[in-house]
Amino acid sequence: MATVTLPKGNPRTKLIITIAVGLALPVILFGAVLVLTTIAKPAPVQAFVQTVLGKDPATWPFTGLVYAVAAALLSFMILNFGAVIAATTIWWEMRVSSRMQSRIGYNRVGAGGFFQWIADAVKLLLKEDLIPADADQLMFRAAPYFVFAGFGLIFVALPFGEGVIAADLNVGIFYVVAVTALVVVGILLAGWSSNSKWALFGGMRSAAQVISYEIPAGISVMVPILMAGTLSMQGIIRAQGAWPWQWFVFTNPAALVAFVIFFVSQLAESNRPPFDLPEAESELVAGYLSEYSAFRYAIFFLVEFGNVWIMSAIAVTLFFGGWQVPGVTADMYEAARGAGALPAPAWWGLQVASMVVFAVKTMLVMNLVIWVRWTFPRIRVDQMMNLCWKYLVPGAFVTFVTTLLWQILVASVPVAATASGVALSVLTLVALVQMLRHARQAVEAGGDRVDLSNW
Amino acid sequence: MEKLILRRVDRNSEEMVLNFGPQHPSTHGVINFIVETDGEVMKRAIPDVGYLHRSIEKIGEVVGYPGFMPFTDRIDYVAAMFANEGYAIAVEKLLKVEVPPRAQWLRAISCELCRIASHLVGVGTMTMDIGAFTPMVHGLREREEINDYIEALCGARLTYNYHRIGGVAFDLPEGWRDKVLAFLDRFDKFLPEFDRLITFNEIYKRRLASVAVISREQAIGYGLVGPNLRGSGVDWDVRRDLPYGAYPHFKFEVPIGKGWAGTVGDCFDRYYVRCLEMAESSKIVRQALETIAQQPEEIMAKVPRNVKPEAGETLSRVESARGEMAYYVVSDGTNKAYRVRARTGSFTAMSVIEDISSGLMVADLVALISSLDVVAPEIDR
Repeated sequence: MATVTLPKGNPRTKLIITIAVGLALPVILFGAVLVLTTIAKPAPVQAFVQTVLGKDPATWPFTGLVYAVAAALLSFMILNFGAVIAATTIWWEMRVSSRMQSRIGYNRVGAGGFFQWIADAVKLLLKEDLIPADADQLMFRAAPYFVFAGFGLIFVALPFGEGVIAADLNVGIFYVVAVTALVVVGILLAGWSSNSKWALFGGMRSAAQVISYEIPAGISVMVPILMAGTLSMQGIIRAQGAWPWQWFVFTNPAALVAFVIFFVSQLAESNRPPFDLPEAESELVAGYLSEYSAFRYAIFFLVEFGNVWIMSAIAVTLFFGGWQVPGVTADMYEAARGAGALPAPAWWGLQVASMVVFAVKTMLVMNLVIWVRWTFPRIRVDQMMNLCWKYLVPGAFVTFVTTLLWQILVASVPVAATASGVALSVLTLVALVQMLRHARQAVEAGGDRVDLSNW
Repeated sequence: MEKLILRRVDRNSEEMVLNFGPQHPSTHGVINFIVETDGEVMKRAIPDVGYLHRSIEKIGEVVGYPGFMPFTDRIDYVAAMFANEGYAIAVEKLLKVEVPPRAQWLRAISCELCRIASHLVGVGTMTMDIGAFTPMVHGLREREEINDYIEALCGARLTYNYHRIGGVAFDLPEGWRDKVLAFLDRFDKFLPEFDRLITFNEIYKRRLASVAVISREQAIGYGLVGPNLRGSGVDWDVRRDLPYGAYPHFKFEVPIGKGWAGTVGDCFDRYYVRCLEMAESSKIVRQALETIAQQPEEIMAKVPRNVKPEAGETLSRVESARGEMAYYVVSDGTNKAYRVRARTGSFTAMSVIEDISSGLMVADLVALISSLDVVAPEIDR
């Protein structure tokens, strides 16, 4: 029997470098976002102009320029954050999927293959940017930018922590839902302008799918909005508590259903399996991506995986209590902030805690998305439409109306929300434990056969 | 078909002519399907074969009888053992040679292991075509282990060249029997796990149930064979109905399609018949391994070095993983065959596609192709 000897394990230096970078990346990215969102506000900028530059911010003509520079830095960092998050999602997805498939997976570049995404990105950047002769040149070139714009603009209203949000718009969630639709424009353009039959199929499927699923997604988003009474992302989170029984998903039985509908619709909207019909590899070769290569292809890919973070973050915001840290109330943030132009150290600590809570919750939801991808087969076009119009849209309307009635009930009997929260969170915990036990039994019955010594 | 290819595209028509291949991820080899579609719904799909023709039958007339054995591997490289066996049986019939029992047993063991390996690829790629990647990798994991054992037996993992005219090339290696029995114990647990993972998945069942139904009459009329025929509810298996080799000594069931998810003869039936057949093959290998020790040591019959059968013709039929495989060999009394003809299951399976593709969706065409488990080189030879 053939034996191929591969080097086992990792050299110590490789391990240390990987762990160091793995720890430094989130610190740098989240740290930069935290610092820059705090600085790129009118008050700190004015204080900076007054004390450091020694000019009167009210009359000095370049105050706006300083503010613009700070904002540009912030947006640059957030885009970097999005790109790196998308890339590390790919790495994590590949590791999880290979574990599910009894393979080793990425293990060459860096310990555990952690730097594979850098290698892939460099490879894609160095490839020839091929544009088919028959393609509509302008549209073909423009499509990735539409997609990327739809992706980047969402981060404006996406919370990272208690005070860490680029702009807490009072129409936050409405803005997010609206901007997400830009991605469809890009995909449709890509499919149409490629002048390829596969790409056209992919583009048409995508248009049908994304536009259909915006409806159940939009209606199920109304449930947390009704419960919070605001459209602002931070406002919705502030209306929830830190503990599971205070999250919207549990305090209202209809919201649990709404979350499932929202989750399914978001999977469909971001073209994730089992709804990856627009790029169904075994049917449409690569769908709307068929003719793309190099950097443009990389952008489509980055957006696809970055959207996993975005959809998870939105789900956490709407249903899972966002960044709420257990035991920390809104007053404590206020009190810790202090009176200066720049906040006091205790405030920074609280912010970091809230960012950690939000990131961990988001990653758990992302993991769920990855599990779903590597477990389910793809559904067919007509089934996809059936699911949307026959089940999800009416279901979303029912949750919407039920929530209205539930809010009336809670207004007169406030204990109903707490009772539902405790009952549903306990039930969910029991279901989770059962699932894990079942999974362990299944693994033991089939025998777990994977050699991880060469990770 | 020429008309269809050369027809000028009518720009006002809603129809689109799509070349589904020759390089397409889910044709599993170089096959082309010319698909007339109206949106997602197909008007019809015409298989355009011939991209992988290698004149193997002509080679059979040139290289002499024993020399053709390695070429038979290339007829169906996913299940090469059966192509070996069918050719060996045909020439043995011409020579009127009796194969020793141990060689019969070894042929059955190697063929049934090969059937499991081939079906693992068949059902695995089918799940992948439906969009679930994980089950395919699980199937390939088991197949790799079978390949390890076959490699230990005959030195090759894909093109085995194991059977010989009058017997087989090698006896069992030491310790092989126990290792394979241990593997089969694990494999019998793997099948229910595979069913839990994908077969009874609701999405998977709905993708396949009542899709591309081939009726009993159609299946017989188009000459479908093997799991495709049995999936349509026809109870026919060469191993049982026209027994050859060691098969009369083994007990096994022949699973036939029962419309588990929808209609008899749909994609799910063809898929699930293969899953059940793997369990039956595992039973056969077990029985053969338990009784092989009672057979005498001899593994080759007395066959002259210069194989020169008397003039005449013969037909051999074996049950390959892709269905009945027949060799028609004509001898003119020299040491080279006058004509070698291989009848393979994939070729007839292609012919049914045009008839049942009308009204299916593009995604269903993928399910149909993979449920027929066609292997491109077996179509063209």
